[in-house]
Amino acid sequence: MSIDRRKLLQGGAALAAGAVLTSPFIRPAMAQTGGMTFTPEEGASLRLLRWVPFVKGEEEAWNANTAAFTKATGVEVRIDQESWEDVRPKAAVAANVGSGPDMVMSWFDDPFQYPDKLVDVTDLCTMLGEKNGGWYDGLRAYGEQDGKFISTPLCAIGNAVCYRESHMKAAGFDEFPKDTEGFLALCTALKEKGTPAGFPFGKAVGDGNNFAHWLLWSHGGQTVNEAGEVAINSPETAAAIEYAKKLYAVFVPGTESWLDINNNRAFLSGDISLTANGVSLYYAARKEEATKAIAEDLRTGNLPIGPVGKSVELHQTSTISIFQHCKFPNAAKAYLEFMYQPEQMNAWLTGASAYCCQALKGFANNPVWTSNPIHAPYAKASESLRANGYAGKLGPASAGVMADYVLVDMFAEAVTGQRTTEEAIANAERRIARYYR
Amino acid sequence: MPPVPEPRASFWRRFVESRNGLGLLFMLPAAAFLLCFLTYPLGLGVWLGFTDARIGRAGQWIGLENYAWLMDDPVFWLSVFNTLFYTIVASVLKFGLGLWLALLLNRHLPCKNFFRAIILLPWVVPTVLSALAFWWIFDSQFSIISWVLMKWGIISQPINFLGDPWNARLSVMAANVWRGIPFVAISLLAGLQTIPQSLNEAAAIDGATPWQRFRRVTLPLLTPIIAVVMTFSVLFTFTDFQLIYVLTRGGPVNATHLMATLSFQRAIPGGQLGEGAAIAVAMIPFLLAAILFSFFGLQRRKWQQGAD
Repeated sequence: MSIDRRKLLQGGAALAAGAVLTSPFIRPAMAQTGGMTFTPEEGASLRLLRWVPFVKGEEEAWNANTAAFTKATGVEVRIDQESWEDVRPKAAVAANVGSGPDMVMSWFDDPFQYPDKLVDVTDLCTMLGEKNGGWYDGLRAYGEQDGKFISTPLCAIGNAVCYRESHMKAAGFDEFPKDTEGFLALCTALKEKGTPAGFPFGKAVGDGNNFAHWLLWSHGGQTVNEAGEVAINSPETAAAIEYAKKLYAVFVPGTESWLDINNNRAFLSGDISLTANGVSLYYAARKEEATKAIAEDLRTGNLPIGPVGKSVELHQTSTISIFQHCKFPNAAKAYLEFMYQPEQMNAWLTGASAYCCQALKGFANNPVWTSNPIHAPYAKASESLRANGYAGKLGPASAGVMADYVLVDMFAEAVTGQRTTEEAIANAERRIARYYR
Repeated sequence: MPPVPEPRASFWRRFVESRNGLGLLFMLPAAAFLLCFLTYPLGLGVWLGFTDARIGRAGQWIGLENYAWLMDDPVFWLSVFNTLFYTIVASVLKFGLGLWLALLLNRHLPCKNFFRAIILLPWVVPTVLSALAFWWIFDSQFSIISWVLMKWGIISQPINFLGDPWNARLSVMAANVWRGIPFVAISLLAGLQTIPQSLNEAAAIDGATPWQRFRRVTLPLLTPIIAVVMTFSVLFTFTDFQLIYVLTRGGPVNATHLMATLSFQRAIPGGQLGEGAAIAVAMIPFLLAAILFSFFGLQRRKWQQGAD
């Protein structure tokens, strides 16, 4: 199935034409005829607070879908944007004060900070799941609390290894290694060839946390157990740290100071030949004349599988929540239902050009994943995604541990030799216990 | 006919016409302003420090729990050390270099006004912008300093400015000093120009060496302004945030976390408002000490007049 913008616009135009022919009073009924379950309240209007888009096509598709919704139902939707780090405090205050945006597109554990301030969307999410092949487990965890959906999982922002094929071949590897041992061997060989790898050990909100969680989880470590008791102090964590030390030794120097942008920069300048990033790195390389050659040489792969035996990653995750102070909850649900309809959702995923990975399995065959081999590893993001704070529950504690860089610090302390492995674990244990008290 | 008693002026009228009443009235706007925008936020901050408030959720009173936790939190103590080290070293450097610059600018130089104007530039540029420039200068791969030194063959690989704890501390201090010198220099220059030339001339006629003139005439007369300038400078440095946030976010491994950045990290992205507030409140004693020192230490009359 292929839906492009043109078809989408045609569809929107047809809907608009239909709306013109009928009296405005039957317009809400019109939406129903489109197979929608939820009917917006009379005179409803909505405000959505979302993170500032990273990809222009994603924003365009989202806005076009929203415009189509307004045309079909007459419900105006105002979209406010906040830089991605500011969404959390803004939404928390809105939830607490009971005014402001009706819906928020937020990150990670945010809905779990104020679950009792959110509209129960179990009906909507169950219906969407049934229609579209079910939710991915990892993303479902970000929307579901105690068997109830408090938020609608939207997407995972895929993270994958980006490497220079020619450099990998020069280092004696024909294909990208699938396991952590092979990966270390590759990084070591790359270092010997003078084209090292580099992952951030610094306070990089996205890339640093992705890397640290992958290190821990791929070795079977966990911050807390299912009961929410601190479980970081384990042989698995120690193994993860030892592994990180070996990687650090063959990385380009200075990774402990890296913030989110540093690995992109170093990759685009040719200083490193392997890192992990969103697909944006590839598009950034393709955009500039000077880095076209790097884009040609760039290949992507999934982060290797560790002793735990399967692919587990953090990935940024986004959900959409409806606040209880929203005066038109049915309109909000109708909006989400509309946005998750195959036409709209596929157009949006295509527009995001592999930056956003679907939350519903039914969209896995979106053409975006096969349109370019670079995209392929990003298609697996929702599958390999594991919820933050594994194996405990999501909530303020898991959110706090990530925001305070507890895992990033633990690895950085150990790899830089500032603390021994045991001391670094003990320190992380203390800090995690504080959040899970 | 009995005289009609003059109607007693209304309370309001008497109040407005009395000296104290009117004074109170005139002070009200300022008092309201201070209460709303200084006392209330400060009080709220102190209160939050005693609660476990999170963003979006009012907190419970938990007494000194936050402080007890901070007491044995090595990250917090590291940030206290960093803040003190950062403040003391950067302030001393800013004072020394600023005073030196002020003395130079106080001489009759060609294009004096031009130099005085451009000296202010680092201070005029928004901190975030200059911090971004320094971010590039200190980049672990693209640093211009490393590049030049490598071109000259002095070093073989880039200097790890922001990756090594001590390098990172010195790097952020260098950026802070660069930014802070103009403020000190221009303020001290203003102070220098208020010193009557005749005093210096008199001392010179009496045979004082330039050093003696500086030590016995210029410096004592400059002390009041030094006290004010350095109080401000110390306060700005102690509460610095933007520079660190842009350059390192407190890394590597918290080696450059100042109390202000740690407070932000825990309170806003981390959502632990109570703990963040407690860290911010923990800054108050240090700030008070700095202010008290400058007011009672540096502004002592006797010391200014040269008598010990």
